[in-house]
Amino acid sequence: MRFFEYESRQIVAKAGIPTSPHGFATTAEEARRIATEIGGPTVIKSQVLTGGRMKAGGVKFADTPDEAEAHARDILALEIGGHMPRGVLVDSKVDVKQEYYAGVVWDGMRKQPVILFSDMGGIDIEEVAESHPDHVGRGHFSTIHPFSDFQAKQVIAATGVTGKALQRATPILARLAKLFVERDMTLAEINPLAELADGSFVAVDAHMDMENEARPRQKALLAELGVGEEETRQAREATPFEIAGEAVDAMDHRGVAGNVTEFDGNLGLVIGAGGGSLTLFDAVRAHGGDPANYCEIGGNPSVKKAAGLAKLVLQKPGVDKIAVMMSIVSNTRVDIVARGVIKACIELGYDPAEKIAIFRIPGAWEEEGFKILERYGVEYADRSVSMHEAARRAVEKIGAAA
Amino acid sequence: MPGLFIDVEVAPEVASDPAYAARLEEVCPVDIYAVGPDGGVTVVEENLDECVLCRLCLDATPEGTVRVKKLYEDGATL
Repeated sequence: MRFFEYESRQIVAKAGIPTSPHGFATTAEEARRIATEIGGPTVIKSQVLTGGRMKAGGVKFADTPDEAEAHARDILALEIGGHMPRGVLVDSKVDVKQEYYAGVVWDGMRKQPVILFSDMGGIDIEEVAESHPDHVGRGHFSTIHPFSDFQAKQVIAATGVTGKALQRATPILARLAKLFVERDMTLAEINPLAELADGSFVAVDAHMDMENEARPRQKALLAELGVGEEETRQAREATPFEIAGEAVDAMDHRGVAGNVTEFDGNLGLVIGAGGGSLTLFDAVRAHGGDPANYCEIGGNPSVKKAAGLAKLVLQKPGVDKIAVMMSIVSNTRVDIVARGVIKACIELGYDPAEKIAIFRIPGAWEEEGFKILERYGVEYADRSVSMHEAARRAVEKIGAAA
Repeated sequence: MPGLFIDVEVAPEVASDPAYAARLEEVCPVDIYAVGPDGGVTVVEENLDECVLCRLCLDATPEGTVRVKKLYEDGATL
């Protein structure tokens, strides 16, 4: 889940990282008051969960509180990328000697976070990494062992930063790394990290993304920031189909039928198990299939929950068939899922043998599950058929139906 | 609505016994049995298909008095 900049600044400040004087306002009058308190020139920034603020006119500079108020009024009424601002951040326009980049991001390939530092801040780090790779320092670190400041120092030093700047930037990057782990972030970024004329460092902008599944663990932080439970903070608003998926998951405590994501294809997916969802989704696409949805079902859902998800997918306009596929399951019962998807078909008036393109869930209670599938004439596969092959068969079937 | 996959039959002497009703309600992990208004056993039809074939209801009652039938297997009993 994403945080607004004003929230990210609070998170950074709570971690002991200095930030430039700033305040959050939801009205132009409040913005004026904050600008007066700050004194001197300010920057008024739209608080939207989308990029391109500067280009869209969502960031303006003000020399006086009057100007700050006028800019805030304009920005508060300005839609950016389909988003109306939550408010404005009134930030002091600091006297910057040098801009740096400090970030921590999850590296899915290494399954470890990586700290990044550059002495070329204020621009996209991807751009710097491409055009000036020698100006980007990086280093992976463990989420299990305690983080040591020297790891941050090494990364900073790799960019050629030395002396006092190195000494002062090191604790900031180290705190960012610790914050990343403690707050379950997937991205923690300060850009720019500004070195001021007096040699001190402050965070001038911050960007934080937290693991969505960490919300219960970070309840206290979210409450402190005023983030409501109803706020999804995803890259886009959930569709009615996805909201209905959440309702299916919430109707019963047993198992999971989550992360229902809508696509516009004709093959409905009831997929899951230990990363199997992503693999199967990719496999369907690799074979030229057009998924109607993504989802993650597992953890031994009730028949009711499996049926609820299958019904939701079957009723989605444009869905011709569903493919029920998982990797090998140990904590989800094959027979229970089989009952659920067959029940969904029957209750909707469909023939399960027609509507279920393939059922490929090997694992716990598979013999019982296969008896049920046979009874209803549903094509099924055991572990001797790979997930890729099962996806191919499903795509082939729906191709024949189209 | 009766179960699509599972059905249960409870013999009259168990079905009318409040002690067995309470025991069945307690042991069934998916709430197929409940104590009815008369104190006897009530079968909650909407939960029948949730049966996990755990046999706890069979263990809680005298042999042969509760029968769990797999309708997808021509009524074979547990």
